[in-house]
Order: sequence, then structure tokens, then C-alpha cells
Amino acid sequence: MASILDDDPRIIEFDVRTDEMLVNMGPQHPSTHGVLRLVLRTDGEIVSEVEPHIGYLHRCAEKIGENLTARQWIPYTDRMDYLAAMNMNLGWSLAVEKLMKYEVSEKARHLRVLIAELGRIASHLVGMGAYGLDLGTFSPFLYAFREREKILDLFEEACGARLTYSYITVGGLTADLPPGWLQRCEAFLDQFEPVIKEYHALLTTNAIFVKRTANIGVMSREMAIDYGCSGPVLRGSGVDQDLRRDGEAIYTAMYDGYAFEVAVMKNGRYPRDHEYPPVPPDAVIGDCWHRFFVRMIEVVQSMDLVRQAIDRYSACKGTIGEPLKLTEKIPAGDAYLETECPKGQMGFYLVGDGTAIPWRARARSSSFSNLSVTADLCRGCLIADVPAIVGSLDIVMGEIDR
Amino acid sequence: MVEYLIDRVGLPGWLAWTAAASLAAVLILNVIAGGALVFIWAERKIAARIQDRLGPTRTGGKFGWLQSLADGIKLLAKEDLMPDGADGMLFRLAPYVSFCASFCAFIALPFAFDFVGLRLNVAVFFVVAVLGLEVFGVILAGYASASKWSLFGSMREAAQVVSYEVPLGMCVVVPVMLAGSMDMVTIAEKQAGWFWNWYLFHDPFTFVIFWVYVTCAVASVNRAPFDLAEAESELVAGFHTEYSGLRWSFFFMAEYGSMFLVSAMAAVLFLGGWNGPVPLATLAGLSEGTGDTAGYLVRLLGMVNLLGKATLGVLVMMWIRWTLPRLRIDQVMTTCLKYCTPIAAVMFAGAMLWQLFLPGGLVPGMRRPAGEIREGWLEGPGGRGAASAATGSGDLVLAPAAQVRP
Repeated sequence: MASILDDDPRIIEFDVRTDEMLVNMGPQHPSTHGVLRLVLRTDGEIVSEVEPHIGYLHRCAEKIGENLTARQWIPYTDRMDYLAAMNMNLGWSLAVEKLMKYEVSEKARHLRVLIAELGRIASHLVGMGAYGLDLGTFSPFLYAFREREKILDLFEEACGARLTYSYITVGGLTADLPPGWLQRCEAFLDQFEPVIKEYHALLTTNAIFVKRTANIGVMSREMAIDYGCSGPVLRGSGVDQDLRRDGEAIYTAMYDGYAFEVAVMKNGRYPRDHEYPPVPPDAVIGDCWHRFFVRMIEVVQSMDLVRQAIDRYSACKGTIGEPLKLTEKIPAGDAYLETECPKGQMGFYLVGDGTAIPWRARARSSSFSNLSVTADLCRGCLIADVPAIVGSLDIVMGEIDR
Repeated sequence: MVEYLIDRVGLPGWLAWTAAASLAAVLILNVIAGGALVFIWAERKIAARIQDRLGPTRTGGKFGWLQSLADGIKLLAKEDLMPDGADGMLFRLAPYVSFCASFCAFIALPFAFDFVGLRLNVAVFFVVAVLGLEVFGVILAGYASASKWSLFGSMREAAQVVSYEVPLGMCVVVPVMLAGSMDMVTIAEKQAGWFWNWYLFHDPFTFVIFWVYVTCAVASVNRAPFDLAEAESELVAGFHTEYSGLRWSFFFMAEYGSMFLVSAMAAVLFLGGWNGPVPLATLAGLSEGTGDTAGYLVRLLGMVNLLGKATLGVLVMMWIRWTLPRLRIDQVMTTCLKYCTPIAAVMFAGAMLWQLFLPGGLVPGMRRPAGEIREGWLEGPGGRGAASAATGSGDLVLAPAAQVRP
């Protein structure tokens, strides 16, 4: 008879240890941002090990991409980071355009900047609100969604959809803006600007919020680079990297002439183009508070960029042009392009073989790299810190699992 | 009422007592449960308003008055679920333990002068002790649910409530010391008159200790930012993760009952109980101590006064809940052990010294001499226990002994 005693003695030793507990956090857990499953090994309240399990939202999007034309795959990119679908559309469109060496009209370029930056604001609002939810405060979440709704209203007017837009597409955008849209967008920005102070009061400078986030989940600069983190997670650790400035030519050309500073702490201070609250003394660069704060700064900067884009777009003569045909042939060869999405650097790769359908379509998720630090950051923290740390990474499972 | 049943109706003594007790129990239970329903509705509306929403707007008219009732019916009709691995008896028992503890404490809570379920000479002690029993229900629920999240929640609750009872007890002792009695009716009576007679404004130490009491009270009834036992972003739903339907609603009612109870206690201990900021009845020449209709009306008004103060306390708790993030367990314990307890201890000592050296307050004549306070009723019929408390704790009264009627 096989007995437990015949097994590896180490396992027996582990089995009789009663002070540790394996707990499943997720995939149906209120704070894991979708269907993430974290297996925690805990000793009382102290977490000794966290192991993220992914794959619950896998939809074979990349394989589908090998059976559709490049433009037909756009709706599938919507469903990757569904909170910033515009930026996903943009990433894939630019990657295809890079392979085709296609350039969109100047007006379409500015409209793309406008839409992408609005998408960034919407995404950061969700990230900010959901982070408040992770820390146990419900109201900022609804305040954030209230403002996001207005952005979604604008998107709906522009393209008819509120979540999965497929607006930015290969060769331009599906439609130009309806009349009066720019005024409504400016009205939104004017109304939104003072609201940010509310967020700072409720979260950024709130004593309990600072207590819960400052000096928690500190990720060093080296660690952030080693794990391939990107976006606000990377900048929160003090790495001065933003693809809108440092990316490939086809992407940075979009932002040519736009004035913005990368939201990163340099010499102990953040760029001051707006009234930001001071950094609390407890906060250490690379902790949850800084990751959160970088997002808040980016919201303000994106507002600036939207305003600039509105000016440039209105100054452009002519039309935004027509997007490419659905069945436009892709030249043989391959192209890889990373863009600065709200969650980080999202890369798209495609291999063309002369037909309309890419031979290979592949996405590189920023959330995946950002999530991979969880195990290291959560070692030795308390259970309550796990949502605080995972929330500060602002991951989207749709993008990780694709 | 017992006498009425025995003498007029002719019931045997045991039956009369049972009938009277049942009636009182039904009254308290329904008033508090009805109050809980109102508070649940209020919480939904207030939360909605804080969050730029409307809240319930359809059930029972424009303001959704009947939403809680409809929810109650829904909960009644829900399937009675129990996890496979759960300890059946304890799982079923737990909600009632919580519920009973929370609602039993109302027995000793005076709503107005002489409007009290049972006049106890140790009312303060009774309320704090019985309220502390609520934690047993939570621990049982967590243990019996056979869920790790529930267990985490209940262990947190145990650690938190037991710790916070220490500073809470110290806060509660200060008004007891000032009044020289544990009887909540006496404590409230001693604060009669204008609002500067309230123990909140008695001296700087009581002012500070009131806020310590508020903190500890919020923590001991598990409201945000101390709602760690049911921290939904960490522990799914904490100790009541596995509960549904009516059993869950019992926990819910217990929570709202406790919230109201600690608020009412704050009102009685620090905010003058039913004695308003302005003594309207006294100014109008009415006295609540008399047995006539006018006295009855004054007491009724006093009850409205106390309910108003307690409701205000509950509303503040709701306001806090929908504004602040949640603390972490170690920060909750730090707040208790490193801040609340020492502050409470120092303030307790301070209030004691103040009482010793400045019993009349800073402004002479502002405090009413203790002799004016109606102590005589304590020796009236049915007040034997209370009377013994008054004499037994007479040493504690630091005011000149001659002014306290024996």
C-alpha cells in the first residue's frame, strides 16, 4: 500500500507544517482586476510567496490574426486592453503601416494623437479609480468613472462605440470627427481640470492612502528594467523612458512638435507643468505611491497634449483621408513596433507574405511584464498589500491573455 | 404592566412576567430592526449622493423608501446555502449570536429619562460587555464556514475588537467617573441644561477622549476605515463570505444595530443624552420627571433629541465610510495600541486630576452644583438597584458630599 511516508520526506515535512496556508486569490476575487489568479502562501497575515496564474481569458487572438486581413484584426486588438482600445488600434495600425511604409495624412496624424491621448486619460482614470477600490474606498472609483463616461461619450460620437472602438485603423481612421466635437472636447477638458484636485484630495494626499501605498512594493530601477517593465510602472521607478519621445521614428513622428515632459522623477522632483501635490516624505521612489502618482501626472499631461492636438488638427486643411481597403495586400517581410500605451509598451509584430492576410500576427503585452514582478514585490508583505501592489501595476487581463 | 396583568387580568405571575417580557422584547426588536432598515436605506441614499448617484429611486416611491424592505423579502426568499465542509450547527448559530449580542445591549440603553428597557445600575458596563459578545458570532461564522477567507476575516475581527475594547473601556470610564455612576440615566441626567454641561465640554480631557471614543467605537463595530473583517478587496467578503439570504441579513442588521448603539452611547455619555443643546423644556417651565402628560411629552421630545444625536453619529460613520480608504491590519493595531490606548489613559488621568482640582470648571458657576441634579428618583419604586449604585459609588463623586443627596 502506498503510504504518504513513502514519498519525498521534504513533502511530509511540508505537510505537517500547520502555520502556513495556501490561499487562492482569484480568479473570481473582487480585487484581481479580471480573471487573474494569485496563489498566496501565507503565514497568518504575512505573505511569503505569491504566484500569479494567467490564461483564464485566453481567446487565441493571435491565431485569429493569421486568418484575417490586417484591418480585419483591428477589432481583436480592441479586446486586448479593453480600457485603452484606441491605443491598441493605434499600435497595430502603426505596425502594419510600418511594414507597408505607409504614411497617413497630417490631419489624421493629429487626430490620432488627440484620440490616443484621450484614451490614455480614460485608461488612467480606470486605473486610478480601481486602485482606490483595491484600497477599500469606493467613491473615487465612481468619480473616475463619471469623468470617463464623458470621454466615452466623445468616443461614441466619433465612432459609434463606447468600449471597442476600432476607430483608428490601418491607413488612418474610420471617420472624421462630427461637427462640434472639438468644442465639446474642450468643454470636457475645462470641466475636468478642477476635478483632478478632488482625486488628489481623496487619494494622492489622503493620509490613509499614503500610509497604504508609500514604501510598499518598492521596485528598484534595476529591477524594473530587468523585468522588462514599462509605462508608468517603469517611470514610477525613476527610469526616464517614454516611447512617445524615445520610440521608433514612425511613432515619435506622430508627436513631432508636441510639447510634453516625461512624467518621471528627476533629481527628486517631478516635472512641474501643473499644480501637483508634494511628494509625501514616506514615499520612496519605485513604491506604489509613485506608480500611482506618475499616472496622475500623465493624465494632466495628456490633457495638455489633447489641447495641442485640437489646435493642430483644426489648423490642418483638407480631410483625414481614407483608410486602406480591408483587403489591402501586405508586402513580404516583417515589422515590429512598440508604442506607449497607457499600461506600458505594447508591441505588435507581423510577418507579411504578399497576401492580404499576415502570415504571423503577434502582440507583446506590457501588462504581462509588469505582472511578472508581483512575486518579487509581494514577498514578505501583508495580505492587504497584495491588492495594493497588484493594483499599482494597473494590469489588464485581456492584454495579458489575449 | 406586570402588575396590571396580575391584578386586573388575573394571570399567574410567571405568565404575566413572560407576557410582559415578550412584549418588551418584541417592541425593542422591531423598533431597532425597523431602525436598521431605515439606516440601510439612508446609507444607500447617502452613499449614492456622495458618489454622484441617485441610489434607490423606484421601490416605494420617488425616494425608494421601501428598498430595504424589498431587499429583506428578497433575502427571505433566497435559497438557504451552506458550504459542504461547513460545521452545520455553528454555521447556523453564528448569525444569531451576533444579532442577539447587538440587540440585547439595547435593553439597557435609555432613550429618554425613564424610557429604558431595563434600568440597570451597571448599564454602561452591561452595554460594553454585551456588545463585545458580538465578536463571538463573527469568530464562529469564520470558523464554521470552512473557508480560508472567512477565517482570515474572523481572526482579524477577533484581534481588532479585543484590542479596541481596552481604549474603549477607558473612554467609557471617564463619564462614569464624572457622574459617579454607571447608570446611563444618571450619567445623562448630570449633563442636563445647556450644552456646556455636556461631558464633551466638561474639560479639555473629556473633549479629547470623546474623539478617542469615536475612533474606538467605529473600530469596534467594524466600520470603515476599520472594516478589516469584511475587507472586500482583500478577503472577498471576510467572515460572511459564505453566508447568504436571511443569515447574512442577520449579520447586516447586527452591524447597523451596533452602529446605532455606539452612537447612542456616545450621545448619552458625552453629548448630554436627551438633554438638548438648549434646555427648551426647562426654559418653558416643564419637567420631565413628573408623571403627567406634560412630563411624558417632554420625555418623548427628549427621545427624539437622543435619536437625533445617535442618528447624526451613524450618518458621520457613513460619511467616513464612503470617503476614506481602509487601513491595513498592522496599522489598525498600531492605531489602537500605540495611539488610542495611551491617549485614553493619559486623558483618563487628566480628567481625574481635573475633577480633583477644578471640580467647578474653569468659569465658576458654569457647572451646576451636583445637588441640583435629580438623584431622588433613583430611590423611587423599581429603582432599588440604581439607588444602591448611587450610594455604592458615592465615593467616586468628587463634588462636595453634602450636595449629593443620600
